[in-house]
Amino acid sequence: MALDHLDQVDHRESSAPRGLLDGAGRLLDYWTIVYKRTWKGSVISSFVTPLLYVLAMGVLLGGFIKGDPAKLDGATSYLAFVAPGMVAAQAMTTAFGEVTYPVMGMVKWHKTYFGMIASPLSVSEVILAHLGFVTFRVATTCAVFLAVMAPFGVFASVAGVVGAFFVQLLLGLAFATPIYAFSAGLKDESAFALVFRLGMIPLFLFSGAFFPISNLDAWMEALARITPLWHGVDLTRMLTLGHLDWPMALVHVAYLAALAVAGWFWAVRRLTRRMVS
Amino acid sequence: MAMLTTSVGRAAASPVSAGEATGLLLYRNYLAYRRAWYIFISGFLEPVFYLFSIGVGVGQLVTGFQFNGQTIPYAEFVAPGMLAASAMNGSLLDSTFNFFFKLKYNKLFDQMLATPLTTMDIARGELSWSLLRGGIYSAAFLGVMLAMGLVSSWWAVLVVPAALLIGLAFGGVCMALTTWMRSWQDFEFVTLATLPMFLFSATFFPVTAFPPVVRWIVECTPLYRGVVLCRELATGALSWGSAVSVVYLVTMGLVGLVVVGRRLDKLLLT
Repeated sequence: MALDHLDQVDHRESSAPRGLLDGAGRLLDYWTIVYKRTWKGSVISSFVTPLLYVLAMGVLLGGFIKGDPAKLDGATSYLAFVAPGMVAAQAMTTAFGEVTYPVMGMVKWHKTYFGMIASPLSVSEVILAHLGFVTFRVATTCAVFLAVMAPFGVFASVAGVVGAFFVQLLLGLAFATPIYAFSAGLKDESAFALVFRLGMIPLFLFSGAFFPISNLDAWMEALARITPLWHGVDLTRMLTLGHLDWPMALVHVAYLAALAVAGWFWAVRRLTRRMVS
Repeated sequence: MAMLTTSVGRAAASPVSAGEATGLLLYRNYLAYRRAWYIFISGFLEPVFYLFSIGVGVGQLVTGFQFNGQTIPYAEFVAPGMLAASAMNGSLLDSTFNFFFKLKYNKLFDQMLATPLTTMDIARGELSWSLLRGGIYSAAFLGVMLAMGLVSSWWAVLVVPAALLIGLAFGGVCMALTTWMRSWQDFEFVTLATLPMFLFSATFFPVTAFPPVVRWIVECTPLYRGVVLCRELATGALSWGSAVSVVYLVTMGLVGLVVVGRRLDKLLLT
């Protein structure tokens, strides 16, 4: 009898996830199936779009721009200047795309999250699994992007490109966690139109991806300097061009990591309040 | 038989004229957008952001381009291109995403057809709404160009009607193509067709950047015709080529509109 009881306890304990990572890992099959079913639809936006931008802006428009390192933050051609900017912008747009409408769908439209929470999984495990998927999406699109840019001869060193790849993951998370938190508590999707038009597009256009922010007016330059995308662009550019300024690089990493961590806690709080009440 | 009754019914008792029907649909869309006015307003900002970023920011790195024998500063080169491109993008949004949603998801057109409205009324009304919206955005953008001193000719007043032609051409054809779409996944094809046009139609740099064959292809695309038309008007350098662009865009729009009417007949009335 006593043994039976022990057995039962043992059994129950082994079915519950052991820690955050184990819990999130149990959703691996869910996200694998999601990706298997949807990757075709994302091929054009994830892979073709950035390459067309590089071709139009970097190669063709770049053909009319003098490769003056003094005017291009140390790059010797406009293509070498714009390529890291475009990679960073791609990491950002991928993150935006994955944690806006999809999150609202999971909470409000098809309520998949409620199904997940009804199992032994906790809210933070569900969020971690979703963010894992976002990171995977950022990783694949940015890896393809960097690989395609390599033959153009715009990267200074292999180590630099590898470093730049990891920076994209950090940058993706720095955007993903706070926006995830925002989406998780949102009642109505019409706010997303503003998030994209007044948030993502101005960041894309004014955070140093296409031109050095010193070309902006002083107050706009100061504003650009505090945006997370600028930190990501500058760090990526340092790495791909091979002009690493260590103290500045540390500032960039610390800023992006702080944003990602703060966003994480906010996301857990907002989603818990939305789903468990 | 069913065909006969519908056409007889329509011919016999249509209490609304084409003009009234269009007015009703415009009013319906106005009511629908009244609560989401900020979506309407913010649509205007996108091309302005592009103008400031690419035209002004990147413009400081480019010396300027030759256009019809005169050198013009980069911002002045880009601005008409942005106007034309945003006329395309704006009309695309209404004629693909919004049109598809109304057709397939909230079944708005089925409901409209239960009233005396005809499929042609719907096609005309939806297109008029998207043109009205595009016209407002273009006029506002022209205002920004004027304020920045990027306009050098009185012909520029005609830039707004030119943008409407672009809206008509893309709106008509894209609505027609949308009637063949199966799911949201198909919208990737819209991006695949329009993004290259946005980037390569002499919007950001002159066509002289291309080898001759590619250049010839670019010059045949509707957005290129629109971009050049707007640029010719903004700089006052009109030519017979401008007339070709006008005829091209009008034909494209009207053909699209006729196809939309036929397709809606087929999808919703049989």
